[in-house]
Amino acid sequence: MWNNIYNWLDERLGLNDMYTNLLDRPEPKTTWWNTLGSASMFLFIMQGITGIFLTVYYTPSPDHAYDSVQYIMEGVAFGWLIRGIHHWGATLMVILVFVHMLRVYYTASFKYPRELTWLIGIGLFLTTLGMGFTGYLLPWNQKAFWATTVGTQIAGTVPFLGEFILKSLRGGPELSALTLQRFFSAHIWIIPAILVALMGVHLYLIIKHGESHFPTKED
Amino acid sequence: MSGSHEISRRDFIKVTTGIVGGLIGAVIGLPAVYYLIDPALQEGGKDSWIPIGKFEDMQIGVPYPFSFTRVQVNGWERTASSFGGYAIRKSDSPEDLLILNSRCTHLACTVNWSAEASGFLCPCHDAKFSIEGAVLDGPPPRALDIYEEHRITDDGLIEIFFKES
Repeated sequence: MWNNIYNWLDERLGLNDMYTNLLDRPEPKTTWWNTLGSASMFLFIMQGITGIFLTVYYTPSPDHAYDSVQYIMEGVAFGWLIRGIHHWGATLMVILVFVHMLRVYYTASFKYPRELTWLIGIGLFLTTLGMGFTGYLLPWNQKAFWATTVGTQIAGTVPFLGEFILKSLRGGPELSALTLQRFFSAHIWIIPAILVALMGVHLYLIIKHGESHFPTKED
Repeated sequence: MSGSHEISRRDFIKVTTGIVGGLIGAVIGLPAVYYLIDPALQEGGKDSWIPIGKFEDMQIGVPYPFSFTRVQVNGWERTASSFGGYAIRKSDSPEDLLILNSRCTHLACTVNWSAEASGFLCPCHDAKFSIEGAVLDGPPPRALDIYEEHRITDDGLIEIFFKES
């Protein structure tokens, strides 16, 4: 019976084709270094899931942000686990994405016809850093507050546009409730939306072109 | 490598991925469910005696309104909740008090005593309760709730026993 249901769905959805093209596609001889992109995506999904769970209790307001994070850590069952995964997953994701980028560079996998995959990958690296930067402020503790003060101040040193950029990031000349709110919005809506869109194109290009061979001596 | 125990590399990878994925899913998933429903599992409920008024101020047959506020810590915030009711004195004995909760049994609006209608009226859905709390009109499924336990202090104060839910 399950076979019948599966066949019915497969005829309409093309499940077998999807499986073949996504998970069973031909690969050159690969090493563990080729798994870093998938690992980054896995981490992104984990960050998405744990992040959604964190918003159940987190409040992006200067009055409550710190207390709500304390409540997640101490008051809610397994809050420490959810936040712990999100916290360490963020660090690990930045590292993995960066090492993934190094691997692509050293194996020259960015060359024709994969230049666009590389460029979009740079976008993914930058959005990952953006996630880290905006997420860092949300606990609203001393470290978060001053790290964001410094980070936005650095952005403010851009010639001519600096002050405008600084005010845009902070939502005003100083760090305030507006800063926390817009960083929260950027962290859970704007940057993830960009990241997911870029990731979709990145994956499409990888499936279209396949993995690159490692260069040989002749190359 | 032959016979019925043979398993291909591909199948081994598939099964291993499934098992490891399932384990990770369970290790994250089960705590995550607990995390979500945790507030519903918290035991609530400090109880205390709450003074509602002096016995001598209550007139026989006239509902005596009272209200009080309880502060509860919900998560990271203190929330004040209001409660109220009417004490109806029936005789000279402090034992002979009927203390009604003014929370309508229909959908939790607050009922008010109306002398001209000689009943408790609910502004939300036109419910009407008698001075005894019985349903006279409207949609409520049952009579007004009663604060069962009360006592009188040496100062003549009536106190009711209240347990947070």
